[in-house]
Amino acid sequence: MTTVEHDHGNEHHPDELAPIEARVAAIETVLVEKGIIDVDFDAVVRHFEDNVGPLNGAKVVAHAWTDPDYRARLLADGTAAIAELGFGGPEGDHMVVVENTRDVHNLVVCTLCSCYPWPTLGLPPKWYKSPAYRSRAVREPRALLAEMGTIVPDDVEIRVWDSSAEVRYLVLPMRPDGTDNMTEEALVGVVTRDSMIGVERL
Amino acid sequence: MTTELPHHIALMDDAPLPRDNGELVFDAPWEARALAIAVTLVEKLGLPWDAFRLRLMDAIADDPDRPYYESWGAALESLVIELELATCAGLDAAAPTERPPL
Repeated sequence: MTTVEHDHGNEHHPDELAPIEARVAAIETVLVEKGIIDVDFDAVVRHFEDNVGPLNGAKVVAHAWTDPDYRARLLADGTAAIAELGFGGPEGDHMVVVENTRDVHNLVVCTLCSCYPWPTLGLPPKWYKSPAYRSRAVREPRALLAEMGTIVPDDVEIRVWDSSAEVRYLVLPMRPDGTDNMTEEALVGVVTRDSMIGVERL
Repeated sequence: MTTELPHHIALMDDAPLPRDNGELVFDAPWEARALAIAVTLVEKLGLPWDAFRLRLMDAIADDPDRPYYESWGAALESLVIELELATCAGLDAAAPTERPPL
């Protein structure tokens, strides 16, 4: 995968505190001192790192591939069908699932910030938040995808979904050829995060 | 399940370990804390997530080329100030000058 973000790296001196870092620390200090927030932030961070991620989305996709009724429910009401598997919460309240077909390839972007379906995909990768991805996904999606290593055939329409408003999109990739004998559990391992954003084809 | 987590977040707690996301999403620990503070604050106050998200959109629009989590921090500060949970002077006074030892 070609990343498009700038790497800010760790070139700072380890003791040097960036202004924004000091500001966030100040906000935390004030809110905690006033008793407005008192939870264990590290637990929240660990939760995001450990429990919220694209494996959830992969389970949704694999279930849709193996259960036609679930697939229909998923396309009709993404939020409800995803909740059936136990996934929901912030940034997942208005889920719309868009299905790739032989004729259509779907691509998800948030042009204005970084809207992204946390419950099914976790936190967005850095490139998803970059100005380059956000603008080029709309302006020249085919070229952008090619640069990211994904060639979409010319006779396949690319539909770009901008999740700036209420809605969060999840791409339902096509089930790859040659997976007819795989169990649902095995299929979960086939699904990638990038395929559910639409920057990869399985 | 960690009971002190906001209930919305705890709802997502039943999946096993998708730790292998392929890449880190944070460049530095303070970015993760900025995320956690915003999520926790919105939950604690019972606000819709849009209360923060719309500020984040504005902060990114204000300065599209700055690093993402700097915009996130700016959005968090604007929310805290507007809700009168802190003042600019109060934040200035509370800002550390060096990183505490881990």
